[in-house]
Amino acid sequence: MASFNWVTAFGGGILIGISATLLLAFNGRIAGISGIVNGAITFTKTEVWRWWFLIGLLLGGMLYEYGFALQPTPRSTFAPVAMVIGGFLVGFGTRMGSGCTSGHGVCGLGRLSLRSLVAVITFMITAMLTVWMVRHGLGLNL
Amino acid sequence: MKQSLMPLLSGLLFGLGLGWSQMIDRDRVLGFLDVTGVWDPTLLFVLGGAVTMTVIAFRFVLRRSQPLWVETFHLPTKKDIDRPLVIGSAIFGVGNCRILPWPRHHRFSLGNWQSSLVCRGSDCWLPGLSEVFNDVRTKAKF
Repeated sequence: MASFNWVTAFGGGILIGISATLLLAFNGRIAGISGIVNGAITFTKTEVWRWWFLIGLLLGGMLYEYGFALQPTPRSTFAPVAMVIGGFLVGFGTRMGSGCTSGHGVCGLGRLSLRSLVAVITFMITAMLTVWMVRHGLGLNL
Repeated sequence: MKQSLMPLLSGLLFGLGLGWSQMIDRDRVLGFLDVTGVWDPTLLFVLGGAVTMTVIAFRFVLRRSQPLWVETFHLPTKKDIDRPLVIGSAIFGVGNCRILPWPRHHRFSLGNWQSSLVCRGSDCWLPGLSEVFNDVRTKAKF
């Protein structure tokens, strides 16, 4: 793994912040990705903007990886079942808790929402506990 | 047409930001969550950059009576810290790690940025199914 680079980390974060600001300023929408996906799968005409956002998201990732990345992003192996179960928990948890890292973290904290602060602290703690349990409790190098 | 342009651009910037800040690298995210291992502060700086941007810019955006290209802002209305918020966020945190134990020989290699974008970007697999579950939850008042 390449070493920690605070400039690209903070710079990338600012880009994400600009992205969220533009969407709110022009379309009045919160750039919460789990919420955008959730609304997109209703396939109604008024929600088409969600698909444009998701297409942009994928294009942005590709543009970085093939256009700007100094070295390819490291690949690692995934257990497909873990991805599906993890994904299910993400989908379920974000709908129940009304948001994810982008909705509660980037946008909610930006709006100084107390609900979002509670959500961010909660999911960071459970995520850290899960990683600790899997890596150090069970000793699995995943 | 115009209303679709900004979501596309916003998504593009978001994807670029995730790429540049290395948040499309699963090991970076897990490195942040692994507080008792070799801790990687990248995610903290990314969220810091994004929130710095939104805290400042959202002030100005939300001072307006309406967004630039549509009639109204679509903002969350809930204010109270309720049980679904905390439980849902806790579930999301567990799922967000996506490192549930699974036998190594059952793994397959999937490009990291693709899978991360599918996961982080679309947050995530089976959102439809989890939505059904969430409806059940709402009806069962869990």
